[in-house]
Amino acid sequence: MVEKLTTINVARIREDFPILKRQVNDKPLVYFDNAATSQKPNVVIDAIDRYYREYNANIHRGIHKLAEEATLAYEEAREKVAKFVNAKGTEEIIFTRNATEAINLVAYAWGRANVGRGDKIVLTIMEHHSNIVPWQLLAQEKEAELEFITIDGNGELRQDEVQELIDEKTKIVCMTHASNVLGTINPVKEIGRVAHRYGAMFLIDAAQTVPHITVDLREIDCDFAAFSGHKMLGPTGIGVLYGKSEQLQNMPPFLGGGEMIREVHETGSSWKDPPYKFEAGTPDVAGAIGLGTAVDYLTGIGMRNVHDYEKEITSYALERMKQVDGVTIYGPRDVARRVGVISFNLGDIHPHDLASILDEEGIAIRSGHHCAEPLIEFLQVPATSRASFYIYNTMEEVDVFVNALEKARKLFAR
Amino acid sequence: MSSDIYKDIILDYYRNPRNYGDLPEPDVRAKDSNPLCGDIIEMQLKIRDGKVDDIRFKGKGCAISQASASMLTEAVKGQTLDELKAMGKPYVLELLGIDPGPTRIKCALLALKVLKLAVYGYLGQAVTEEVRQLV
Repeated sequence: MVEKLTTINVARIREDFPILKRQVNDKPLVYFDNAATSQKPNVVIDAIDRYYREYNANIHRGIHKLAEEATLAYEEAREKVAKFVNAKGTEEIIFTRNATEAINLVAYAWGRANVGRGDKIVLTIMEHHSNIVPWQLLAQEKEAELEFITIDGNGELRQDEVQELIDEKTKIVCMTHASNVLGTINPVKEIGRVAHRYGAMFLIDAAQTVPHITVDLREIDCDFAAFSGHKMLGPTGIGVLYGKSEQLQNMPPFLGGGEMIREVHETGSSWKDPPYKFEAGTPDVAGAIGLGTAVDYLTGIGMRNVHDYEKEITSYALERMKQVDGVTIYGPRDVARRVGVISFNLGDIHPHDLASILDEEGIAIRSGHHCAEPLIEFLQVPATSRASFYIYNTMEEVDVFVNALEKARKLFAR
Repeated sequence: MSSDIYKDIILDYYRNPRNYGDLPEPDVRAKDSNPLCGDIIEMQLKIRDGKVDDIRFKGKGCAISQASASMLTEAVKGQTLDELKAMGKPYVLELLGIDPGPTRIKCALLALKVLKLAVYGYLGQAVTEEVRQLV
């Protein structure tokens, strides 16, 4: 049942997002592509702007005032992120370009030092390409094996395969916290326990959860977690790798260069401690500051409220979409087991045609394989359409969207 | 609903494709796909006196890609291979009667690319960079 919303003022939140005033094809923009990237509130845009206008400087090195202010702001952002996901400390938060780079960092630095011939890397069929391809590259290089846990008819991971595939040969289990196609929230804590029982590392791709639900990484007890700033109201170009201190300490560096070294001599170099060991070169200072501000914004609303509201709008959308003739919805029926991502098909209308028709109505959805081709193949569909929500979406927008689905259905039924 | 790019004629060709299927003994066949959205089109041609004597297509994908393939097969019957080689993007857009926009243009041009692949294949000539770049 749809619970009554009391804790979040969507109308006020919408005021914070300038892009939502835009018209697309002479219609008000309905932005339902939040699983791809979120829109940005004024505070984030302003924080980035202020950095460049008032205290732009390179960090960690300069002695002057601007360098001091910039370094402080960059490290404050790290603290905010650490707190937001309940890391033990800032040494566990590495800034990367995005979640993809975060996963690649682990595959290169940890993977090349720890995975060997005949070892197993266990993934799931619902992974984004970013959590498949780095492991394929590693497996090819090391002659390791990849295994995929598949899903049941409800779009949830098969527990029998979890038990069967993770074994003493397994070096790392890598899985998404929530599917960017099905919306399924995976029981990461339980699966992590299985991985750890066999001494395997456990990595989660939290790109679809950190922006939308309370994520307590210490409680989940993963060794690594990756997420992106741009999906959580922050700018593009900044992402996060969380790593447990003990893992990061023992890992060789990823990229070499300035910032990450303690000493450099002709004969060799020594590294700084984490997180700096993994942040070679001038980082995206503005991006980190923007992300820190986005974290403040989300914390201000409260992640509990964010999640509750998204459950409400997702329930409403599922309810309304089911009434459209010929709609097939993928993923868990139970809204408590999914994030605000709904993949669907409408009759035999190709998802690209549907996305075009909706675009004419000012509605932005995603269509295609959503960078998860193995899953789309597993579902045995050529592609899907996907609507995904965030705190600034409204029930009225869901109505506009459902009406457009009806129009598309009628158009193609002729 | 008034849809700018899904005009009746395009939906009609999508729902009731003309020249769909196989030719008994084609002189040449070509096939290509649009990796971005998975549209697939195959063309089969019968050539006589340097002209398209008969043509069929098969495929899967969005309405734009399939309708443009069907319309193209109708339009090119009787045309010379030189004419097909000279045929460009405006020809297809005029056939469709729409501007699909930058994100969908590749859907519209896949059929033209496959047709040209068939022509170059028949003539035993190397496919030009221009053709490769169509989709």
